[in-house]
Amino acid sequence: MRYLPLTNSDRGAMLSTIGVGSIDELFSELPSGEPDFNLPDCQSEISVERAMNAFARENLSCSDAPSFLGAGNYRHHTPASLDHLIQRGEFLTAYTPYQPEISQGTLQTIYEFQSQVALMMDMEVANASMYDGATACAEAAAMACRVTKRSRVLMSGAVHPHYRDVTQTQLKHLNLEIDCLAPDPIGVEDLIGRVDDDLACIVVQNPGFFGHLADLSQLAEACHAAGVLLVACVAEPVSLGLVTPPGAMGADIVVGEGQSLAGPASFGGPGVGLFATQEKYLRQMPGRLCGETVDADGRRGFVLTLSTREQHIRREKATSNICTNSGLIALAFTIHMTLLGEAGFTRLAEVNHANAVTLANKLSAIKGVTVVPQTFFNEFAITLPRAAAEVAEALASKGILGGVPVSRFYPRYEELANVLLVTATELTTDGDMDALVSGLGEVLS
Amino acid sequence: MTDRTDIETTSGNRGLSFEEPLIFEQDSPQSTAVDLEEPSHDIDRLGGLRRRSAVGLPGLSEPEVVRHYTRLSQKNYSIDTGFYPLGSCTMKHNPRLNEKMARLPGLGDIHPFQPESTVQGAYKLMYSLATWLKELTGLPAVALSPAAGAHGELCGIMAIRAAHQAAGNDDRKVVLVPESAHGTNPATAAICGYSVESIPGNGNGRVAVDALKARLGPDVAAVMITNPNTCGLFENEAKAIADAVHAAGAYFYMDGANFNAIVGLVTLSELGVDAMHINLHKTFSTPHGGGGPGAGPMVLSDALAPFAPVPFLVHDANGLRMAEHAGDKDAPQSFGRMKGYHGQFGVFVRALAYMMSLGIDGLRQASGDAVLNANYLRVRLSEELTPSYDGICMHEALFDDRFLKDTGVSTLDFAKSMIDEGFHPPTMYFPLVVHGALLMEPTETESKATLDQYCETVLALARKAKRGDMAEEFLSAPHLTPRRRLDETQAARKPILRWKPEPLKHAAE
Repeated sequence: MRYLPLTNSDRGAMLSTIGVGSIDELFSELPSGEPDFNLPDCQSEISVERAMNAFARENLSCSDAPSFLGAGNYRHHTPASLDHLIQRGEFLTAYTPYQPEISQGTLQTIYEFQSQVALMMDMEVANASMYDGATACAEAAAMACRVTKRSRVLMSGAVHPHYRDVTQTQLKHLNLEIDCLAPDPIGVEDLIGRVDDDLACIVVQNPGFFGHLADLSQLAEACHAAGVLLVACVAEPVSLGLVTPPGAMGADIVVGEGQSLAGPASFGGPGVGLFATQEKYLRQMPGRLCGETVDADGRRGFVLTLSTREQHIRREKATSNICTNSGLIALAFTIHMTLLGEAGFTRLAEVNHANAVTLANKLSAIKGVTVVPQTFFNEFAITLPRAAAEVAEALASKGILGGVPVSRFYPRYEELANVLLVTATELTTDGDMDALVSGLGEVLS
Repeated sequence: MTDRTDIETTSGNRGLSFEEPLIFEQDSPQSTAVDLEEPSHDIDRLGGLRRRSAVGLPGLSEPEVVRHYTRLSQKNYSIDTGFYPLGSCTMKHNPRLNEKMARLPGLGDIHPFQPESTVQGAYKLMYSLATWLKELTGLPAVALSPAAGAHGELCGIMAIRAAHQAAGNDDRKVVLVPESAHGTNPATAAICGYSVESIPGNGNGRVAVDALKARLGPDVAAVMITNPNTCGLFENEAKAIADAVHAAGAYFYMDGANFNAIVGLVTLSELGVDAMHINLHKTFSTPHGGGGPGAGPMVLSDALAPFAPVPFLVHDANGLRMAEHAGDKDAPQSFGRMKGYHGQFGVFVRALAYMMSLGIDGLRQASGDAVLNANYLRVRLSEELTPSYDGICMHEALFDDRFLKDTGVSTLDFAKSMIDEGFHPPTMYFPLVVHGALLMEPTETESKATLDQYCETVLALARKAKRGDMAEEFLSAPHLTPRRRLDETQAARKPILRWKPEPLKHAAE
């Protein structure tokens, strides 16, 4: 039992200091009789590694296959120094920075994270992060209702279906009305026409779930004229290196998923929720915030601040029940952004877009395949002549992870059965694209 | 203070303690630590939405970035560096095997929407974790997807509300919570549309069972109780409470924040529990990472299981598959989805690696050692400190500030002085039910030598405080840290929450 330092002689000495005869006596308040568990005893590292490797081998890793998967979870290159730095024990094994004198490392990284997120979104303030993009979206909708004192939320059909589902679940008991429009692959839904003055917010996503890019400026104007907040989701933050950010188009709250810049998909979790807004809404914002101050000697330092919004102070009156952020994943995100810098971030986004354009051209040359959105960043929907789920399965049997069938999210929409989401990133090679093109050709012939 | 600590240095650095500016103050425009090839072409399908201005990110090279974060890391206290007896947080050793396993390409580099035939190993791993959690708690179902403890609470209370709604009992509008509860409990109940009523303690650190029973009635939906509770005591009448709660038609929610004390020693089914969240980042050793990510799976009784959130695993002839849609045939009564994708898979890998490493015999020993360590602290520190309750505690020992009476030293000052001695302070001022609380949770992964050194240090500090002429040293502690006490009032009064480029900064002033 390599994780337990006490020896039997330590235990004996400690029990006699306490004045009891055995460890069992310490548990005399528990129901008597030891439960019977059908579980194995302790194992060596070697044995645990073997078992874990067996699980791993049954999966087809994206590192072993041309992969075009996205749908809110993107595979990008992770610089070697990033994974090294987040494994430093002083970051990895620290708690929430409640004692700022011995947590300046974590606190300064959060402050830098908040600064980077605000800049990327073109917003005034960002928080220290939330669980993931979907929960951040739900928190944004709830916040918009608090700010406007209205109770109706309208969600665009271009918002990630999980964001829509989580928002509906999380807000269902708050006497709010959540309207989700039908899925909108080509960006034709009329949002401006639905603005009215008892709506709290409209939630949109850019790039949309199906890839489409939208200019939000006119929608934002219409919203503001009616006292409605515009909430924009960004599921692929790499896009912000090239695409006009929601803040510059008038969004009031911008949320997103930071996973794509933080590291591998890890089967979808943990991620890191991004949350940014304007300063005037600060007191209604959920989640932790780190702020600058000075210490007793007048030197700059950082602390968690404005915690009077939070559950440990406000209890049932808090802005949210959340008491953690996604610290380590936020750290990975901020380190990657620092490694990239302005030049690297822009270049990364350009390479993603260029590869996606190339892929779109190659795919649209295949008979029966149509690229759906006119505009996109690194991901777009295509329609196939047959069910996308079957095609994805057939491609997987050829060792190609060819895309995400939309039916996985919208099984009840028959008109979406043939729609596949396809992504290209800086990791996508010409060889990968050729493999997909020839694989699709074979599967569809 | 000796003269040596007063030495001024030109650089601001002090030996191995470095001053480190913000990344924004180290900007060399055009520098980058990531070399990428040029894009293959510049054809644009952005529809006129190309970014018109720079993001404003600073440029640094790789050596500068590595040094920046290495220096920042050195300003952190961590479980790797030292003893972290933070009550209620279970700061135990984080095995590196867990990290290694989570980074296997077949576990780390897999996508949530691959065809299910290509991720059967991931499903089996999740199923294995679920089996461990169900077996250890004796409850028949588990929802893995909640992202943290508070998220797990939300899951449990939503399941309870869904069950009441299905039974036509949605007129139950009250959740009862003991006054010693974590703040997340009332916050969670409120988000689920419940009003919260506080149940008093019995004067001995436990729930006043008579008061609880008297309050039960047709308007009560659930009772949320932390067990072992936040005073470090086992609620020995848990089963009687559960029976009364059930007789009144309500559900019994147990907050599992303190599960580490009792793993392998009691099952929740014996205690009559309907729902409990399990903090994998506490009990099962996954790293806290400076504030997350965690995972808060929720175990559920038969009565609540049908209402579990999607996604969850289903067995069929082709193996395992994920039920992903509430209302479909696999999940007809599910209350919905709480989290994107399939939950905190990376945390699942780590927790399972830990459980397999310790095994049931090791988990039982770990609980025993955690409780032994806490009682050892309780007894040794009682020589100078004032324990809030008599008798044996569970995995954490609660003291109050009576020992500091008339010394001019507060709980906060005392805790800050522990920092100068190289120890992370215990949880302060929580639970709220005792005055000036110091809640110490040593966990099972500390040696007797560490505990002895800690006890001797804390006892010496207590004697120093009681001398009466040393208060000033406590009031100004810590002295030996990268920063002294920080002005939290100023931070809240004039919030500066991000770096701003110079012109903007002036405009704001």
